Amino acid sequence: MLTLILLLIPLIASIIALFLRGELVKWFSLVATISQLAFTVYVFTVFKAPNAPEVTNGLLSLNIDWINSPKINFNIGLDGMSLLMVILTNLLMPLIVLAGFNRNQERTHIMYSLMLLMHFALIGVFVSFDGFLYYIFWELALIPIYFISLNWGGVNRATVTLKFFIYTLAGSLLMLFGFLFLYWNTASHSLSWVDLTMNHICSCKQGFIFWMFFLAYAIKIPIIPFHTWQPDTYSSAPTQGTMLLSGIMLKMGLYSLLRWLLPVLPMGTAEYTPYVIAMCFIGVVYASVIAIMQTDLKKLFAYSSIAHVGLIAAGIFALNVQGIQGGLVQMLAHGINVVGVFYCADIIINRTGSSDINTLGGIRVLSPRFATYFIIIVLGSVALPLTNSFIGEFMLLLGLFEYNSWAALFAGLTVILGAVYMLRMYQKVMLGDVNENVTVFEDLKWNEELVLATIAILIFAFGIFPKPILELVAPISEQIYRLSFVR
Amino acid sequence: MTETVIQTSNLFTPTILIPLLPLLGFIINGLFGKKLGHASGWIATTMLLASFACSLFLFFHLPAGGSETVVLSNWFYFKDIFIPFAFLIDPLTITMLLVVTGIGSLIHLYSIGYMHDDEGFSRFFTYLNLFVFFMLILVMGNNYLMMFIGWEGVGLCSYLLIGFWFKNQAYNDAAKKAFIMNRIGDLGFLVGMFMMLFHFKTLNYDQVAIGALNLGIGNITIVGITLALFIGAMGKSAQLPLYTWLPDAMAGPTPVSALIHAATMVTAGIYMIARSNILYSLAPHTLDVILIVGTATTIFAAIIGLLQNDIKKVLAYSTVSQLGLMFAALGMGAFESGMFHVVTHAFFKALLFLGAGSVIHALSGEQDMRRMGGLGKYIKITFATFLIGTVAISGIPPFAGFFSKDEILATAFEHNKIIWGLLSFSSMLTAFYMFRLLYLTFSTSFRGTDEVKHHIHESPMVMTLPLMILAVCSIVVGFIGLPPVLSHTHSFKNYLSSVFAQSKTIMPAGHEMSHSMEWILIGTAVGLALLSIAFAHNKYVMQKQTPVEDEQLSGLSKVVANKFYVDEIYNAVFVKPIMLLSDLFLVIIDKLIIDLLVHAVAFITSQVGRLLRLFQSGHLGFYMFAMVISMIILLAVQIFVVI
Repeated sequence: MLTLILLLIPLIASIIALFLRGELVKWFSLVATISQLAFTVYVFTVFKAPNAPEVTNGLLSLNIDWINSPKINFNIGLDGMSLLMVILTNLLMPLIVLAGFNRNQERTHIMYSLMLLMHFALIGVFVSFDGFLYYIFWELALIPIYFISLNWGGVNRATVTLKFFIYTLAGSLLMLFGFLFLYWNTASHSLSWVDLTMNHICSCKQGFIFWMFFLAYAIKIPIIPFHTWQPDTYSSAPTQGTMLLSGIMLKMGLYSLLRWLLPVLPMGTAEYTPYVIAMCFIGVVYASVIAIMQTDLKKLFAYSSIAHVGLIAAGIFALNVQGIQGGLVQMLAHGINVVGVFYCADIIINRTGSSDINTLGGIRVLSPRFATYFIIIVLGSVALPLTNSFIGEFMLLLGLFEYNSWAALFAGLTVILGAVYMLRMYQKVMLGDVNENVTVFEDLKWNEELVLATIAILIFAFGIFPKPILELVAPISEQIYRLSFVR
Repeated sequence: MTETVIQTSNLFTPTILIPLLPLLGFIINGLFGKKLGHASGWIATTMLLASFACSLFLFFHLPAGGSETVVLSNWFYFKDIFIPFAFLIDPLTITMLLVVTGIGSLIHLYSIGYMHDDEGFSRFFTYLNLFVFFMLILVMGNNYLMMFIGWEGVGLCSYLLIGFWFKNQAYNDAAKKAFIMNRIGDLGFLVGMFMMLFHFKTLNYDQVAIGALNLGIGNITIVGITLALFIGAMGKSAQLPLYTWLPDAMAGPTPVSALIHAATMVTAGIYMIARSNILYSLAPHTLDVILIVGTATTIFAAIIGLLQNDIKKVLAYSTVSQLGLMFAALGMGAFESGMFHVVTHAFFKALLFLGAGSVIHALSGEQDMRRMGGLGKYIKITFATFLIGTVAISGIPPFAGFFSKDEILATAFEHNKIIWGLLSFSSMLTAFYMFRLLYLTFSTSFRGTDEVKHHIHESPMVMTLPLMILAVCSIVVGFIGLPPVLSHTHSFKNYLSSVFAQSKTIMPAGHEMSHSMEWILIGTAVGLALLSIAFAHNKYVMQKQTPVEDEQLSGLSKVVANKFYVDEIYNAVFVKPIMLLSDLFLVIIDKLIIDLLVHAVAFITSQVGRLLRLFQSGHLGFYMFAMVISMIILLAVQIFVVI
């Protein structure tokens, strides 16, 4: 029941937003997303309360028959993994909404309504425990972001957005095919998650289905070489769209690996893990190396994001508890940090009109406060100890190390390369003498300061006190780990 | 492993205060620094002095040979592995605490004068306090991950402070280089930790040691762990081949060079190995590697130091060289001697750097020794204290450097005569370039412009007081470790004995050297040092030579003055290829190959669509025809295939 409310708040808000106008929409969206966050906190306390599992389950999950043939249930619920993703989404949404204040935007009611609709779809993806329902939400999430990018994006938006849309849609269709196959090949003809994790599909077929699902997720995450839609989309989408995409939407892919791939097709996974891991960590180094010479701020962050999520995917496929748990923790950390860097990029581009790091410089002289926030976010991205991404990265690399020590060493190059491209970027953009293109740099607005300060606090909070998050995902990591073994 | 419980100890309060006070200073200065103005310098200094007082309290209250663990909380855990926030207080920690907070306080005090007119005054002290906080975490942690927090944290502060004057991109380059080179080492450290977690399921020092002891001497796992950790140490403590960041790090304000890049941070690698002494004594092969790297570094850096003309660069190469000497000591299993040299070196090298800062201050920012000379007449306190520092580093008795160096040289003589020869040679070079520096700076007559000469002035009391205190320490601190010929009790060794007791049983010490032999060694070392000093005196005072300008250099001396072109080689071998690769990846693979394939798929799809569209012509006749043909085919399939 509580989960249903989590779904309904953004949906209703999205409808109401259509009827509001101007600045009011922004305030309304902010109130709605903050209420959602407050409600999430309540759900978290319910989840953590020392009740019997049945009581908690009764409060959180809901399973209604929807369609009898084919058997589709409206089956939603929350476990540690879902809740983590819900927390991530609901933590970031107010920040993303807040980022739009003090910016001139046209037709705000449609834009914010679409954002809230996307919020709804994202929550839906994370709480669905029925394959079809999950698939509906998965596709639904694509529609608002398509329109957001198309209508409020920058140069070249039509071509770029179309490529993004078709590319991800093609992947999704493969997944749909995979689900259909699963449906016909399970005895119960059910796509409920619990049933799927107990299927007995022979290993000869699992390998084939594995690729159906994996390709869909690999495109969404994205794992190299399925990434070419991403840098362009990130740089042409409006900032709030990029934040939604990079902060939350690509986590759909990573989350789905853990929910719908590993435990459902353990034998297929086991068969292809070495190839996938190799692909992931070649991607990590490949993307990091490209980021080193990038001169476009947003593209640089896009490639750095590819490197980070590649490491998460590699750690997940290491198929051990540390890897899975580290991956989950890192999803939260990466979501926060990537929203931070893209927001910093937006603040810079908004004020200077340039995203080329060679035409920037000396911003620290003009706005020391902004410089401080930015360096904190940069340090979070390079996983300095006591920042949020350190623990995740540590556990991921440890998981990879247990899988294969050389793999960990190779993927560990990201520790060095990450510092190289981030510090190079920071130096060119923020340090040195004031560049002639940047003579004026307005002080931070209240909403900008609020977003950046919140992100900075979150970076340290999760870095110094990671225990609640680790405890939240520990049982589910164990469970996924057990389910991911050949039955 | 069980979850570590929170222990109560009567040392709890002073222990947690030690890192918390500088952290508090950091927070106060960070939030209100602008409003506080020059008060922020005093706040930072007071915090550190209070920390020093707490360290002294621990020194006097920790029972001899004892150790205390103070657990704050569990930082994080997964599976069966627990990583606590916990402090280990034992003699080794206390030694480092006293050095860090003691010398740190003096350098903070000095900075109040040195940075007085800088617009970033309060920011400077914010960073400085943060640095001390991380350095304290580094030496106080009871597990490797705590050490790693400090390890990366001091790296961050080093980055911030080298690039303190951030308008200058050359300084920013130096800062970035320091951070990245350290990160290369940090990857080694990380891998070392992964190995420990994999094999021992813990990162606590004591439990790792137990696990290692179970594996036994020469076990390949321990060799792997120790080598990986040593790579971390090579980065942080500027050893070959990861040393090139340290000379560049001199871009930071001089007190930073004194505190971070001479007295404390760069000795973290030595501390780490001393802390892991049991592991290292179980891995004799790694010790050999350390010995070779240390010896090579000490000579290599000393040779480069011979021809540097920037006063801070000379000191920087001298630091690299001295660190090499410390590693050589560790490599011979003489952990106490390495630590002893850490302590004495901290005093005299901090003194030398601060003295150099005072010179630079007096000369309105001039750092080139070719534009100095004759300063002894003008800035007498600086000169006197600098002289003491120079004598101390040159190994002349009874100054501090003599005792610690002598101990290492004696060990080397026992261990391997070639190593002894090389280390003695390096010490000789040290004495030469240090006195070259002293003479060029303070003797003969002034070679700079009249403008600069006009402004020469002694530094204020707040700067000279730390110099004098450090000078006194540089004289007396060596007496905590008298050689066996002079005394039977080596107080420093005794103090640390509990820390190294176990590795002593693994690596039995050699037999005691005869007193006559020891006298001969001391005589040789001192003789060689005096010889180099005489040579330097002849060259730079009697003949009044000054180093030639850079353009006039030629042959071997040009190669040496250009630091053997190591930076240029690294640039050509690592930096350039990666940049090239980056472009290659983006332009060829990303844009050309991958994207072309993606677009090809789209193109084929649309072409197929175009082709199929032709069938949708709308002619009923065609549809009928297609239907009939299809039925015939289906029938045929039914008849010929199914039956």
